[in-house]
Amino acid sequence: MDFFAHLGKYILTLKGMFTRPENNKIYWRELMQQCVDLGVGSLPIVIIISVFLGAVTTVQSAYQLISPLVPLTALAQVVRDSVMLELSPTVTCLVLAGVSGSKIASELGNMRISEQIDALEIMGINTKAYLIAPKILSAIIVIPLLVILSMFLAIWGGRTAGSISGILSTDTFDRGLIDGFSTFNLIFSLIKSYTFAFLIASIASYYGYNVKGGALEIGKASTSAVVVSCILILFADYVLAALLL
Amino acid sequence: MIKATNLKKSFGDKTVLNDISAEFQTGKCNLIIGASGSGKTVLQKLLVGLLVPDSGRIFYDDQDMTGMGNDERKLLRQQIGMLFQGSALFDSMTVQQNIIFPLNMFSKHSHAEKLKKVNEVLERVNLKDVNKKYPGEISGGMKKRVGIARAIVLNPKYLFCDEPNSGLDPQTSLLIDKLINDITKEFNMTTIINTHDMNSVMEIGDNIIYMDKGYKEWEGTREEIIFSKNKLLNEFIFASDFLQDAKEMRMIEAGKKG
Repeated sequence: MDFFAHLGKYILTLKGMFTRPENNKIYWRELMQQCVDLGVGSLPIVIIISVFLGAVTTVQSAYQLISPLVPLTALAQVVRDSVMLELSPTVTCLVLAGVSGSKIASELGNMRISEQIDALEIMGINTKAYLIAPKILSAIIVIPLLVILSMFLAIWGGRTAGSISGILSTDTFDRGLIDGFSTFNLIFSLIKSYTFAFLIASIASYYGYNVKGGALEIGKASTSAVVVSCILILFADYVLAALLL
Repeated sequence: MIKATNLKKSFGDKTVLNDISAEFQTGKCNLIIGASGSGKTVLQKLLVGLLVPDSGRIFYDDQDMTGMGNDERKLLRQQIGMLFQGSALFDSMTVQQNIIFPLNMFSKHSHAEKLKKVNEVLERVNLKDVNKKYPGEISGGMKKRVGIARAIVLNPKYLFCDEPNSGLDPQTSLLIDKLINDITKEFNMTTIINTHDMNSVMEIGDNIIYMDKGYKEWEGTREEIIFSKNKLLNEFIFASDFLQDAKEMRMIEAGKKG
């Protein structure tokens, strides 16, 4: 029953966003601000995890795959497809659910507890549209871009790690990258990114916006937002793979 | 004028407001007083539209707020200002950005005109050189004054104040009371104040409603409160010996004047 109560409230919260903005300019400015916060704020962690993900994938794949029967270029293909299909969209979004999801939930929770949301309501502003919609839109704009960046960095990390550790030369890696490249993999990765971005921002906003109580509840809402987002990202990951691959 | 008729509100099994009817006069400070849990905050939230009553109606002059659609309600809210207990200033904005925010959202004036208006209201609440400061960098009393400045920047017809003196020293409390009272008279607003503060009751209470356990127990002016025979009201207002003595002094003074 609790699940359905949350689901109903979540849908109502999202439905409440769809009204005409009171002032387009202010909403646009808020959207841009959220894009900068989310993009710039998440960039360092995305860069670090991506480079190491690619590097580790190369080294571990080499450990499992290197044999006289398997061409070295296959290693680059494995790294490329692992990164594009799973590692960059899923792992990056799981990390972003922790970093950005908790930030969104605690920011909105704090605004709720300190009556800042009530103050906006009293002014005649639709707080769901003003506070939640720009966060979801900015996530949908920025997270796929971060995932694309993550793919490039992970592949570069894998290429560099392969070269440094003497597993395969950069030329061989580059040849492997081109062999059997499928554009659909990129599209599939972007579909996942858009889905995960929506889940991260909407779930975190839902938990933050509906906080009741005090400072302790902000922490609980933030934790719930991260846990639920991670579970739903993994669930959506499976569903999309089953449906589209 | 704001008029409430037969307001009822429950949360689950617990009824927090029972059949409340009241009139809040224009150009006057209307105080809602009562112990914690008496229902005064819920009453104010119903009046301002943050909560929806289970039954009853709320009229802003001739407009029935309870029957309004979202768009009408939005328009009405632009005529309402509210000072929150914790001031509710936006942490990420400077004082100037906090006050200019409603103007940016709803006013078509130029930026220079908006800045002029911000400085006018800041001057009206006796604040200087705080434009560029963040809420975290100013005192509690200053936050309240910034909250008042933000509440009045759109020239509202109705002003709501939730515990305007909470957490303030007695001297600052008096200043805030005087400010709210002066602004109410100057702009002819309908002001509704939730308070525990007995100084506020005796200084600015033009019309006072005393709430007890979700019921309206008593209504009158600050002069009438001295002579009230209502036992619950007397126990609440004149709880300390000091206040009891003050009451007797006032009664003696009133007796001398005839």
